[in-house]
Formats: sequence, C-alpha cells, structure tokens
Amino acid sequence: MFGWTGVTLRVNLTTGEVKKEPTNMHDAKLFIGARGLASKLLTDEIDPKIDALSPENKLIFAPGPLTGTFAPSVGRFDVVCKAPLTGCIAASSSGGTFGAEMKYAGYDLIIFEGAAKNPVYVWINDDKVEIHDASSLWGKDVPETTDAIRAVTDEDAKVACIGPAGEKKVLFAAIMNEMGRAAGRSGVGAVMGSKNLKAIAVVGTKPIQVADPDAFEKATMVARKKISEHPVGGTGLRTYGTDVLVNILNSVGSLPTRNFHDGYYPNADKFGGETLTAKYVSRPRGCFSCIISCGRATKVTNPKYAGEGEGPEYESAWGFGSDCDIDNMDAIIKANYICNDLGLDTITMAATIACAMDLFDNGFITTKDTGGMAVSFGDAETMVKLVEMTGNREGFGDQLAEGSYRLAAKYGHPEYSMSVKKQEMPAYDPRGIQGIGLQFSTNNRGGCHVRGYTISPEVLGVPFKVDQHATEGKPELVVTFQNLTAALDSSGACLFTTFGIGAEELAALMSAVTGVNYSVDDFMKAGDRIWNLERLFDLKSGITTKDDVLPERLYKEPIKTGPSKGEVSHQDKMLPEYYKVRGWDAKGIPTPEKLKDLSLA
Amino acid sequence: MSKFIMIHPDKCTGCKNCVIACSFEKEHQFRPAAARIHVYSWERECVSVPMMCQQCSDAPCASVCPTGAMHRVTGSSLIAYDATKCIRCRMCVQACPFGNAVYDSVTDSILKCDTCNDNPSCVAACPVNAIEYVEENIATRSRKKAFAEKFKDAFKEVA
Repeated sequence: MFGWTGVTLRVNLTTGEVKKEPTNMHDAKLFIGARGLASKLLTDEIDPKIDALSPENKLIFAPGPLTGTFAPSVGRFDVVCKAPLTGCIAASSSGGTFGAEMKYAGYDLIIFEGAAKNPVYVWINDDKVEIHDASSLWGKDVPETTDAIRAVTDEDAKVACIGPAGEKKVLFAAIMNEMGRAAGRSGVGAVMGSKNLKAIAVVGTKPIQVADPDAFEKATMVARKKISEHPVGGTGLRTYGTDVLVNILNSVGSLPTRNFHDGYYPNADKFGGETLTAKYVSRPRGCFSCIISCGRATKVTNPKYAGEGEGPEYESAWGFGSDCDIDNMDAIIKANYICNDLGLDTITMAATIACAMDLFDNGFITTKDTGGMAVSFGDAETMVKLVEMTGNREGFGDQLAEGSYRLAAKYGHPEYSMSVKKQEMPAYDPRGIQGIGLQFSTNNRGGCHVRGYTISPEVLGVPFKVDQHATEGKPELVVTFQNLTAALDSSGACLFTTFGIGAEELAALMSAVTGVNYSVDDFMKAGDRIWNLERLFDLKSGITTKDDVLPERLYKEPIKTGPSKGEVSHQDKMLPEYYKVRGWDAKGIPTPEKLKDLSLA
Repeated sequence: MSKFIMIHPDKCTGCKNCVIACSFEKEHQFRPAAARIHVYSWERECVSVPMMCQQCSDAPCASVCPTGAMHRVTGSSLIAYDATKCIRCRMCVQACPFGNAVYDSVTDSILKCDTCNDNPSCVAACPVNAIEYVEENIATRSRKKAFAEKFKDAFKEVA
C-alpha cells in the first residue's frame, strides 16, 4: 500500500470493542483521505438528523495520503463528525505531529463510536489498542492532561485531548494536540466530551511507503522551491506569523470592529504581527514537515497576564482585539493561552464575547443576566475573565458556552450574532471584501475562512489580484477556491501551501505517493465531489437556501469609517449565480445530473 | 580540516523535515523510527532540539566494537559502520553516551549518522538552517559573533 496505510481502526466506546478493517480503497481514490474520506464514511454511517452530542454520532480522526511524508507542509489531519454548534457536518483541521504519528502507527482513519460509561483514554501503540480509565484526569486542563497521559503511556506519545470545555460540552470546544495545536471549529471537542473520551495517545514506528520515490522527490523539490520563493509562503508567514494580516486587512478597511459595527480599527497595529514579533515572539514553530513555520512561540511577562505558549494567530488576535474593541496585546495573548489550556475555539469564543458586549451596551443584557458583571466593549480584564468562565461553564460563562447565536436568540436578538449557520465568522469583513462573504454564506460548516480563502486574490493578490469590491466573477472564484481547498485538505496538505503551489503540484505529489494517477482535473473534481457530499449531509440535516445567508447587519449597516466606508455586502446578488456555477437548482440542491457526474448518485 | 554537523536549537521549529529526509534517503520510505537524526520537543516551552551522531574523536562505539565494524575512517573525522563485519552484539548501542547509535530490528542493523557521503540530507532539508554542515573552524563563529556584537553595542553606549 502506498500513501494510504490501508487500515481503518474502529473503536466502540460503548462495548469496548476494537476492530481493524481494510480502508475502502474505492472511496479512498474518489475522496482522497482526511476531510474527504472521513466525510464519506460519516455520511454512510450516521443519520444527519441525530443529536450531535448523542452516542449515535461518530468521531473520526483522519490524516491524508500525504501526511507523514516529506512533501512540504503536509502534516495535517481532520476531525470529522456532526457538529453540535451548527448541526452541519464538521471537519476541523489540525497540524502538529499527531496526524503523521497516526499514519506511522498504521491507520488511515480512527473511528470512535458510541460513548463510554466513565471517562476513558485510548492508547494506540502500533497494532496494540487499549481503552483505559481516565476518571482521575477528568477536570484537568490540556497541558496537565497531556503530561499525565504521557506518564502512563510513552513519554514521547503524541496526545490529542480535551480540556474542561470539552468535558462540559461547550458547543465550541476544541480538540487540542501536542498542547498548542487545535482542531478548533464547530465543537468537535464537545463531541469527544459527550463520548467520555478524554484523550488519545499514539506512538507509531511503521513506514509509509511511496509508489514512485524518484517522482516523489522531484515533485517535492519543485513544491519546496515554489513555496520557499513565495513572498508570503517563504518569507511573510515565517517572519510575522499569520498575525501579519491585522495591518493588511485594516489597510483595506475590512478588519471587523466592535462585533462588525465597523470595518476599520485605528489602533490595529497594537495587536498586529509586527508588534507581536517585536515584543512577544521567542521563535517561529512548524508543524510536521512544514517549511513555512507560521507558528509563534510567545511569552507575556506582564504579571497580570503572564504566560508562555503558542499563538496568537491572526483570527484570535482580531477576535479578542478589534472585535471586542480591545488593543491590549498582553490581554489578547492571555485570552488565547486560556483557550488553548481549556480547549476552546478562539474565533467563536472571541466573537461570542463581542456579541455579549454588543447586547450589553445596547441594553438587551443587563447585570441581572450576567451575575453582576458589566460586559462592555473595550474591557480587557472582563474579556479575559469571561474566557475562563466559559471554558468552565461558570456563571454567565455558562450562557456564552452555547455560542453567540443561541445567546443572542435567548435575549430576543439573534441578529446580533455575527454567524452563518450558527458558527461565528472570522476576521474578514464581507462588506469590504465581496467574495469572502459569498464563501462564508455558502460554506458547508458555516462562518469560516479556511474553506475558500478568496482573501488571497481579493486582498493579497495571490495568485492574481481581483477587485475586492467587485461582485462579477466572484461566484466562479469562490467555487474554484472551495473545490481546490476540499481536495487539498483531504490530501493532508496545509492551506498555506497555496502560497506557492496549487492543484498541479499537489496532483503530482499525490500521484507519486499513491501510485494512483491524479490529473489536475481529477484532483479538482475530487474537491467538487467532497463539497457536494458535505452539502448533501447539510441538506439532510435540515439546512435550506434560507441558511445560505449573512447576518442582516452586513446588508443593511454600511462600514462607518476607513477605506471601505459606505460598503455593504452584495452576497444576495451573487448567490443565484453561485448555485448555477455549482450545478445546483435555484434552491441550492445539487441536480441529479451533477451528482451522477461526480459519482455521488 | 573537516566538517561536522552543528545544531542550533534556538532556530529549530520542531518540523522534523530532517528526520523524514534522513529516513527517505536511507530507507526510501518514511519511517522516522529508522532515521539517524531525531528531534525532541518540549511543548510547554516550545523548544526543539535535533540529535545525531557526533562522530567523536575518541568514540566509545568504536572502542567497544569487537569486530571493527564501527571504525574510524583513516584521515577523516567520520566514524563509519560496516554491516558486513557487524555481529549485532549492540555493544556500540550500550556505549554511546548520547544514545545516537541505535539497533533496528526491522533491518537488523545499527543506525548511525554517516553524513551521507559528506552531503547530509537532513541539512539540505532544514528550512531554517537549524542544522548546518560546516568546517570545524567556523562552526561556532556565528555564536561567537552574536556575543561579540553585544560587547560591541555595550562599548558603543559607553563611548
């Protein structure tokens, strides 16, 4: 077997049964691996209408065929399940070494089914798979859990676990691996918590075989060179991290501010990548096989917010920054550290606090509802405190733990939630950048930027520049980016490889590793297939065209200041064209012809 | 004069490109367990350190080898391993104070860095020059210079 290991591990937490099955190679060729292959398995095995936190849900860990190889920046894996935050399909991607270690242990997929009666951890040492009691670990945070699991398994085991947030089923709890890396979005950590699964430890010593080593080496060298020589992939991200985007997005008037009441923040530089690098960064960090090194090892010395760890990424700095009207970088980084330690998605956490501040400052929430706390924009101390309270579901934090949509709806104003399909949008204002709004609204997992990063052409000019305010051509652009990203995610590559390479290089790497001949068209079509598969799951779960929308604020309330002043989103004008480009009917349902063409019917 | 592999943990990102490059070069597959270089990471501090054979002048692995399989190459700084002479007694594994000679049951051989015929794959693969293959006399130059620069700056302030 080349690229793939050929083995799928199935762990039933209700019965304690462990089974090894051959990976379905017919599906593997069509859906590649990681996000795609795991989503195929999930859609085959669960009813999309089930309660995401019930034992009927399945939690699938999946690296891709490239994961664990020497191709540049391909160390990723996905966690796939039905998401508690959105009700849609979830595929949360993470880096680090966990995915590669899974491959070395011999597995393409690990499926967790059912739910354990009491807290357990699963210890995978090559072929040996054991389920052990984890009662003594319940309540421990992520670093404590990681250390404790290593003490009873192997000191170099790769550990993925949940913190208190996942245990308490915070709807946006993350699964953390190697302490600082997160499968962050949509609440996959809550699903792990609902199964009473505290942690997974993996040690692998087996090989990943390559079909054509010479062709692989050649394709790797080409890809490495292109990424290294790219101004973003080779220089920008290593020098400043993703937080370099703060000043860039602000300069084009699209840095959402005060829960998207504005798109420009005068003090943005205080929490941008340049400031981060000058005052907080110890060194860049890289996931397995990464040549980009966008990770940030950071340290805060201010005693009030002191700490050490990884982050923040751009979206985290934005969320705890301008979205909450806060420019105190010490507090912003501290909030990020607490999210890592408790196991929380930084984007939804920050955006939910911003929503609470918005509701409070408009009088829809009062101190009666918050247990006496004033929750106003600009209050850094309260922001940090709320993160801790949410992760532990304490006091008002118990309400924030449901995410911004349910919070705002509870107080009668769901329109204050800056979310799509109940998942919070990240740091790119759809009023200032038209394509990204269409991507947010049509994304299969709700508000999220990493499924079709049109910011590349619309702002950064990669691989070519398009007008950020134009709507013409955007549906085609969004569809192409979504399809490419679906295939790329499924291969195990990091999205940031697109700062240097594209479908051509990825298809060459895939062909050389697996021995299956992927043309550029095959690769892109696999992406289209995966996108449609996810859409079918969402439609069956109850999503309709009415859910393919942005919050009404973005259509009605223009950006007030800065370079995009006066702009609103024209997403509604682009959506019908998007459906048409996708081969879907006017209700956003894939046509039978389209499904047949993609081998989905 | 000869070259040796110098590590710079301050630059290491923990990506392990060196590890997989080594395994690919030597075994034509990706099996980190078979790599001759390993990277250890401390996640709380975000620090990583690469480890490989130091090619010691007075090498314990060569001293204890009963058959001469582990031996100094005449006129070179390299400690080489001759599998044809090796009886797999693993005395070298026991003797190396760094743990850098390892027995691999899959290939039934001793795994140890041989600097890839003077062209180490790990060094070529490192994206941040955290491992370098350099002449012995300039190996520590960058470190000395970095400290010297602090002196320079201190004197400048005084002057």
